[in-house]
Amino acid sequence: MDLITIAFYFFAALVLGFGGVVVLSKNIMHTAFALLFTFFGVAGLYVLLYADFLAITQIMIYIGGILVLIIFGVMLTTRITGVDVKSGKIGKFQLGGAIVFTSLMAITLVVVFSQTNWYQAEAPAPDSTAELIGVSLLTNYLLAFEVASVLLLVAIVGAAFIARKKHS
Amino acid sequence: MEIGLTHYIIVSALLFALGLYGIVSRKHAVMVLMGLELILNAANINFVAFARFGGMNIEGHIAAIFVIILAAAEAAVALAILLNIYQHFRHVNVDEVDQLKE
Repeated sequence: MDLITIAFYFFAALVLGFGGVVVLSKNIMHTAFALLFTFFGVAGLYVLLYADFLAITQIMIYIGGILVLIIFGVMLTTRITGVDVKSGKIGKFQLGGAIVFTSLMAITLVVVFSQTNWYQAEAPAPDSTAELIGVSLLTNYLLAFEVASVLLLVAIVGAAFIARKKHS
Repeated sequence: MEIGLTHYIIVSALLFALGLYGIVSRKHAVMVLMGLELILNAANINFVAFARFGGMNIEGHIAAIFVIILAAAEAAVALAILLNIYQHFRHVNVDEVDQLKE
C-alpha cells in the first residue's frame, strides 16, 4: 500500500464516517460539527484528484461560509437550553421506509457504478489548476460566470430582505 | 489494487445515499439542508473524479465551482426563509409547516 492509497482510504473513511454521524446523530449541534469533518474529508479527496484550487475553495466556502451559516441557522431556530435542540424523529413506519428506500438506492448506485465500463482517459497531473480555471472562466464560461455573480447578488439581497425584522 | 475512478464514485454514491437518508428521515429543516449539502458534495466528487479519470479535464472543475456557488446561494436564502418560519411557528419541523399565509 503506497501513501496515495492510505490517504484515499483515510479521507473516504472520514467522509463516510462523519457523514453517517451527520444523518444519524440526535443532537443537532453534533450534526453541524460532524459536517465540518465531512467537508474537510471531501477537500482531501479533491487534493488526491489533483484539484488543488477546488480543495481550497471547498475549505473556504463550505467550512468558512456555508457551515457557519448553518450553525447560525441551528442556533437561531432551536432553543439551545430546552429539549428542542434534539432534531426530532419521525414515526417507526416512516423511518423503516426511509431506511429501505435509501439502502435500495445505495445498493443500486454502487452496483451500477462498479459494473459500468467507464470511458477512461486519465489526465496528466497539472502543475496548478488555478490558471487553467481562471482562463476558462473568462473565455468559454464567461456568460455563466457573469450570471453566477448576478445570482449571488440577488441571493444576498433577497436573503437580507426575507430575514429582516418585520415592522407592522 | 490501484485507486481508480470506481473507488471515488463509490464513495460519492454512498455519500449521496447518506444525504438522501438525512433528507427523508429528519423533521428539522436545518437537518434537511445538511442532507442537501451532503448530496451536493457527492455530486462534486463525481465531477472532479471524472475530471481526472474520465477525460473531462478542467470542465469538471468548472462544473464543481458552479455547484459550490449555487450551494452558497441556496444556503443563504433557505436559512433566511427558515428564520421567518421560526418567527411564525416557533419551530422548523417541515411536516408541521402547513400554511402559506399568516
